[in-house]
Amino acid sequence: MFYLIQLLNAVQYGLLLFLLSSGLTLIFGIMGVINLAHGSFYMIGAYLAYWLAKLTGSLWLAIPIGIAIAFGIGLLLETTIISRLYRRDHLYQVLLTFGLILVFEELRSILFGDEVHGVAVPALLDFSIPLTETLSYPVYRLFVTAVCLGIAGLLYLVIHRTRVGMMIRAGNSNREMAASLGVNIPVLFALVFAFGMALAAFTGTIAAPISSVFPGMGNQILIICFVVVVIGGIGSINGAMIASLAIGLADTLGKVVAAEYSGVAVYLVMAVILLWRPQGIANKA
Amino acid sequence: MTHITLPRPLLIGIALLLALFPLFGATYYVQLGAKILIMAIFALSLDLLVGHTGLVSLGHAAYFGIAAYALALISPKYEAANLWLTLPFALAAAATAAFVVGFLVVRTAGVYFIMVTLAFAQMIYSIFHDTKLGGGSDGIYIYVRPELSVAGFKPLDLESPAQFYYLALILLVVVYAILDRLLHAPFGRALAGIRVNEQRMRSIGYPVFIYKLAAFVLAGILAGLAGYLAACQFGFVNPDILAWHQSGIVLMMVILGGMGRLHGAVLGALSYVLIQEAVSAPALLGAYSKHWQLAMGSLIVVIVLVLPHGIGGFIDVALRRFSYTHRNGDRDDAI
Repeated sequence: MFYLIQLLNAVQYGLLLFLLSSGLTLIFGIMGVINLAHGSFYMIGAYLAYWLAKLTGSLWLAIPIGIAIAFGIGLLLETTIISRLYRRDHLYQVLLTFGLILVFEELRSILFGDEVHGVAVPALLDFSIPLTETLSYPVYRLFVTAVCLGIAGLLYLVIHRTRVGMMIRAGNSNREMAASLGVNIPVLFALVFAFGMALAAFTGTIAAPISSVFPGMGNQILIICFVVVVIGGIGSINGAMIASLAIGLADTLGKVVAAEYSGVAVYLVMAVILLWRPQGIANKA
Repeated sequence: MTHITLPRPLLIGIALLLALFPLFGATYYVQLGAKILIMAIFALSLDLLVGHTGLVSLGHAAYFGIAAYALALISPKYEAANLWLTLPFALAAAATAAFVVGFLVVRTAGVYFIMVTLAFAQMIYSIFHDTKLGGGSDGIYIYVRPELSVAGFKPLDLESPAQFYYLALILLVVVYAILDRLLHAPFGRALAGIRVNEQRMRSIGYPVFIYKLAAFVLAGILAGLAGYLAACQFGFVNPDILAWHQSGIVLMMVILGGMGRLHGAVLGALSYVLIQEAVSAPALLGAYSKHWQLAMGSLIVVIVLVLPHGIGGFIDVALRRFSYTHRNGDRDDAI
């Protein structure tokens, strides 16, 4: 039973990572932009969940409002700043988005302070399923797992079965060709970027009741997402899925086996992958 | 664009001026000066990778921090450590870490390289942060600075701010001179070749992997030198000195000064530290000085958008006007 709980936790964590890294990898694959501020939107989502839930009294209201706000910020950011980075070297993208992290982190500090906050689990889901006499599993975590799976499936359908998805795939494989065939690239890019940010923020809002809300939370998870993207292969959603689950398992296993060194486990997985397939598991050499 | 080096008489003049500074500056400014010199060594080490080899590392603070921790871990608690023993040990620690990480990361290129260097640096951070090895998140204090003695005679007393400043200045000059020689030597030309076109270098028979690994390790050792000095100066180490934030800052210094120019790295360190002093001074921004990173972050964004060649870019234009440039290779098509 103990292992079942750990497995469920691993899958839930892995799926949260997937929601974040799919946005990261899509934005990189389509626009060629490496966006360090992706983690900041996770943080923004979590703080919006905390603030809006307090304001409206309900996480259910906080989630859609939070997504809308994040989408708006993402759109604004893309049109004013990120769109100037498309043709630039990765070095400048890294540096500029690093600057954005500092800005978001300080704004967070000014607006919300530096304390750790908790977000209450919605009353509807605030109970646990007893597994044995002493062990039980919180329903909210199962809910998060189900939502993540649903979104992953939706993402798959949108990308592979719709017209917008076709444009995204076209942009991913050949930007110039897609543009010359009449795809409005600036609009597509702005929407994909804003969508990626909204997805990151959404991940933050639903993760908030589990992880609590604290300074620097975005950066911590961003680096793990990089590991996911490196393992899965840049631009590959399928790779991101496999890698997220692998990292979720490695992290949980690490915590069970050697808690003090658990931070190292995920990086060891990455080291092995680098030796074996430096281009990621899903990409061809 | 051309490979630009400042004329030697100008450099010697600047070094002499810097040497005069402690005679006039107040203690606080001498300490600030030493900090700038240390950060300049750190920025120079990263520029070897970013500006000269084309490897954008976002985890360079790891080697800075490892050397700092190495000093803290082997220093005796209440007496001075011997610089001749601790410095090589700290540099060897940084070199070892850079070799192991470099062996894995130089297989990758471009954006992978950025993410992988960041990830391994974070692994090293988590080792120092989560385990008892380096005192956890509290870090370790170094109560007494190391002692520099030659056959019983102490040429520099590192407890004195001015004399510590001189040690940092001497080391900066040495590092600058070594890098300047190296970059004009065949090794440096090979790195430049790798930066411009790695494929071509490989096809004409250069062992590109070895060259990149060598550059990575050398950059790690020099970063370690800076980290060692920083640990001496601040008297304590904690995981923050090897956090990725620090890696971002040193990258900022390199770009601010203008990458691919040795003097650019020094200028970048100087400007960054001075800007940070200014925006974190309560006199200037009042209560908002606590949130100086807001100003710094905005500044980074603005610089990337409007000043991609850094302050060094302006100097190049000025130098070209006085035709001091050496035509050593085409750089623009690399950027």
